[in-house]
Amino acid sequence: MPIRTEPVTVNIGPHHPSTHGVFRLRVTFDGEVVVDAEPVFGYLHRGTEKLAEERTYVQFVTLSDRMDYVASMTNNQGFMLAVEKLAGITPSPRGVWLRMIAAELQRIASHLVGIGFFLQDLGAFGTPLIYVMRERERILDLFEMLCGARITVSYMRPGGVFMDAPQDFWPALDTFLADMPHYVDEYERLITGNEIVLVRTKGTGKVPAETLVNASVSGPMLRAAGLDWDLRIKDPYEYYGRVKFDVPLARESDNFARYIVRIQEMRESVKIIRQCVEQIEPGPVRPKEVPFLIRPPAGDVYAHIEGPKGELGYYLVSDGTIAPYRCKVRAPSFINLTLLRDMLVGWKVADMIVTFGSIDINMGEVDR
Amino acid sequence: MTIVLGGEQVASVIEAITPGSVTGHDSSAAWVRAETWPAVARGLHDRPEADFKFLNSVTGVDYIDHFVIVYHLTSLGHNHSAVIKIRCGEAREDPVVPSAVPVWRGADLQEREVYDLMGIRFEGHPNLKRVMLWEGFPGHPHRKDFLR
Repeated sequence: MPIRTEPVTVNIGPHHPSTHGVFRLRVTFDGEVVVDAEPVFGYLHRGTEKLAEERTYVQFVTLSDRMDYVASMTNNQGFMLAVEKLAGITPSPRGVWLRMIAAELQRIASHLVGIGFFLQDLGAFGTPLIYVMRERERILDLFEMLCGARITVSYMRPGGVFMDAPQDFWPALDTFLADMPHYVDEYERLITGNEIVLVRTKGTGKVPAETLVNASVSGPMLRAAGLDWDLRIKDPYEYYGRVKFDVPLARESDNFARYIVRIQEMRESVKIIRQCVEQIEPGPVRPKEVPFLIRPPAGDVYAHIEGPKGELGYYLVSDGTIAPYRCKVRAPSFINLTLLRDMLVGWKVADMIVTFGSIDINMGEVDR
Repeated sequence: MTIVLGGEQVASVIEAITPGSVTGHDSSAAWVRAETWPAVARGLHDRPEADFKFLNSVTGVDYIDHFVIVYHLTSLGHNHSAVIKIRCGEAREDPVVPSAVPVWRGADLQEREVYDLMGIRFEGHPNLKRVMLWEGFPGHPHRKDFLR
């Protein structure tokens, strides 16, 4: 006679080490198998889009830092592109190169955090996280040289950046670029061939590519399914048309594929920064004629960039005043969670945590 | 480089799929009548010449005397993009737009967000609940007249 079981509903989070912030998941289990999962958002909702309507365009930069707080530079960058498109500002070349360097450094930092917490979720408690934080620390030191801040950088301004890099930034960046590929080799040695990692991640959390596209999923998750879609190539912004790099792809669309795509993207980012350093030219970091209070003509624009977590878009509506009439953020972390239920149902508790970690979300961006 | 289709071009594509559904166009967007939106969305997704398989974003904008829902679409195959706008809610009480979730699942969380913060109901959405705020929160904070 079979044992009669009853499904149990459990709350995971909002305060839980594997929920990457204040994310809450209401899961129904049948024994150890997930039969239903419902994400609950909003614990970090600060109404950023509403606050933007009462601030000038430059003042919003500080708010954009606080959305995806492990990728503040790319948040700045996306917003600047939208403002420049709206107001018709041509940025200074040196400012653009500095923005690209900062954004690619930030991409490495964000992927480091993503991989570190992914392994933490796998049960490698602490050690890999200490390794990736060691390298991220060096990137944050570089940011400190650039703008004096480490996390909430507010580095970029319409037309470029707010100040030039100091003299000692360039040698420090060179040493970092020389070291970084070795660090990545070290992770690959420790993690990529590790049998426990392979057994736990290969084949888990699989999603077909068509489903991902239909659910508006973007970024490394899409490329891990074999879809060659990187906005830096497909819709080049800034000077990405002038640098050469490959788009790492994987076919399997499982947790391991998402991990390996992130690892390889870090190597490509190092390549991009090297080319930026070669091509950067002296000059002003932003045009003098950009006023402090920008009054763009009435209209609306949508600008998007390839953020570390996916397509980061800004939709701005101007009514001709100094503040945006509407400022909508297309947050990749939030939209990538659309498929969460499909990805979790049918798997065991331990796989659920790993699959969730492989999406690489940031709660500051999910809730905004 | 993604080819940004102008409003007139998008309008003619939609008019070819479902005649009589376009109410007008401006330089960047085509305006679609709300009640024809499900058929238009299905056509934009399925027709090979449009091929808009990817929904970038869903935005609600409050213009005080009416609301506008903005859809940004991209075709990964043709690498072109389009903007669709739908006007609704002249009466301000309970504005309704047909949901795009049956066509693009990516609209799921975004339409819930618009419903939560802007108070626009998406008819046909499978799970239209508040997403950022809790059930029972008074009002919709992204409306321009909230607490004013």
